[in-house]
Amino acid sequence: MEVLFTFGKVVFAFLIVLQLTLILLWVERKGSALIQDRVGANRANIFGGVLPFNLGIVNTWMADPLKLFHKEDIVPEAADQFLHWFAPWIAILPLFVTFAVIPFGDVLVAGGYTINLQAAELDLGILYILAMLSLAVYGVVVGGWASNSRYSFLGGVRGTAQMISYEIPMGLALVSVVLTYGTIDFQQIARDQGELMFGILPAWGVFYQPIALVVLFIAGMAESKRVPFDLPEAESELVAGFYTEYSGSKQSVFMMADFVEVAIVAALVTTLFFGGWQVPYLYRDGFQFPGGFDIALPSLLVTVLQVASFLVKLFLFCWLQILVRWSLPRLRYDQLMELGWKRLLPLALINVAVTAVMVLLLDGRTIP
Amino acid sequence: MTLFWILAFLTVPAALTVVLHRNPVYSALALVFTLFQVAIMFVALEAYLIAFLQVIIYAGAILVLILFAIMLLSLEPEEPSPERSTMRAWGWGVAALLMLELGAVASMEHGASPAQAGPKDFGSVTSVATELFSTHLLPFELTSILLLVALVGAVVLARRRS
Repeated sequence: MEVLFTFGKVVFAFLIVLQLTLILLWVERKGSALIQDRVGANRANIFGGVLPFNLGIVNTWMADPLKLFHKEDIVPEAADQFLHWFAPWIAILPLFVTFAVIPFGDVLVAGGYTINLQAAELDLGILYILAMLSLAVYGVVVGGWASNSRYSFLGGVRGTAQMISYEIPMGLALVSVVLTYGTIDFQQIARDQGELMFGILPAWGVFYQPIALVVLFIAGMAESKRVPFDLPEAESELVAGFYTEYSGSKQSVFMMADFVEVAIVAALVTTLFFGGWQVPYLYRDGFQFPGGFDIALPSLLVTVLQVASFLVKLFLFCWLQILVRWSLPRLRYDQLMELGWKRLLPLALINVAVTAVMVLLLDGRTIP
Repeated sequence: MTLFWILAFLTVPAALTVVLHRNPVYSALALVFTLFQVAIMFVALEAYLIAFLQVIIYAGAILVLILFAIMLLSLEPEEPSPERSTMRAWGWGVAALLMLELGAVASMEHGASPAQAGPKDFGSVTSVATELFSTHLLPFELTSILLLVALVGAVVLARRRS
C-alpha cells in the first residue's frame, strides 16, 4: 500500500510538470498574442474542420506536441553523433526529477493512512534542487559543442557562463531563506508558513525575505534562458544559439526543458515565499479566521483546497514569467554579467549577512 | 550489495574512459558521469549530504568550468606519437604500482572488525555544520582565506595581461 501511495505521488508530481509544460506552451502562444494585440494560434481543429469552432486550448495542448515530435530530425554530418543525440536528454532529465521534492499539499489522512503529499520525502530538499539545477547546464554545453557549428558553440559557451554566474546569487538567496526557517526541508518550510504574523497576516516568506524573493526570481529567470536573458539563443545574433542544429523532437525537448525550468522557478517562489500549499487561515480542520470566526471542513476537502492553492500559485508565477518574457527586451551581454555579478550578488550577500544578524538577535537561536 | 555491483559496473568503465579517451570533451563528460555514480553510491550508504555536495560542487561547478576551459581552448583529440606512448608506458607502470599497494593495504585490513555505526545523526546537515563551525572553525576559515587569495591572485593576473 505504501509503495502504491509513493507511486501515485511520483506520477502526480510528474504529471504536474508534463501538463504544465504543454499548458504553458499554449499560454505562451496565446498570451503573447494577447500582449501583442494579435489573435494567435487558431488553426488547429479535429478531422479537418468538422467542428464549427476551433478547439482553443486543444490547439497546442495536443496539436503542437504531435507536430513537433513528427518533424524530420536532421543531424548535421559533422556533428558528434552520440553527444548530439544525448544532449537534449541531459538537459531535461535533471529538471524532470527536480519537481520530486516540491510539496504540493500537507499530509493527507485517509482510511488510517497518513500520506505526506511530496513525491520524494527528502529532508535535504534545497540541496537536492541546487544539485539538479547545476546539472542542467550540461545540456546546453554539450548540445552547443556536439553540433559542431560556430553559432551553436557560441551559444553553448554563453549559456554556460550565464548559468554558472546566476547560480551564485540564486544559491545565496536560498541561504537567507534557509537561515530564516532554520531548515532545508521544503515540507517543513511550507508548514512553517501556516502561522500568523501579528495575528492577522499569514507568515509567508515574502514578508520575511522580500530581497531574497527578488534575487531568486531574477536569477531563476536567467537560469531558464528566456528573454530578457536568452543570450545563449539570441536569434538576432546566433540564429538559435545552442540549438541551431537541432530539429524535430530533439529541438522540442530543449524547448520543453525551458518550460520545465519556468515551472521550477515558479514552484520555488511559491513554496519558499508564498506559503506553498497554504491557504490563508486554513488549518487541518477547517478555516479559522482571525476574530473567532470558524468554518469546519472535512480533511479531504482541506487537502483538495491545499493542492488547488498550490497549483493556482504555481500557475500565477509561470504566467508572471511569461509576462516578463514578452514585455522586456533582451539584455546586452555585458549588462547581463553586470546584473549578475555587480547587482544581484552583492545584494544577496548583504541580505544573507543582515538575515543572519536578525535571526541571531530576534530568534534567540544560539550557536552551539 | 547488488546496487553496489551495478554501480561498480557502470562507474569503472566510465572512470577508465576519463583516462583512456582521446577526446578531452568525452573525458570530462565521463568524469561527470563517474562523479554522479559515486554520488549515488553515497546515497546508497545514506550519506545524503556528501552525495549532494559531490553533485553540486564537483559535477555541477568544477567540471562545468573544466569543460568550459576545454571548449574555449578548443583542444583537439590527441594524435598518437612516440612521446605519448612513452608517457603511457610510465602511466601504466605507476598505476600498476598503486594497484599493488592498494591490494596490499586492503588485504592487511581484512581481519579488522567492521566499522562501527556512528551516532544516529551522523553525517546530517546539522551535525556536520556544528562540527565544521565549532571544532574545525579555524581550519575552515583558513581554507576560505586560501581560496580568497587564489581568487584575488587570478583577478590580478588576468588584469595584468590585458
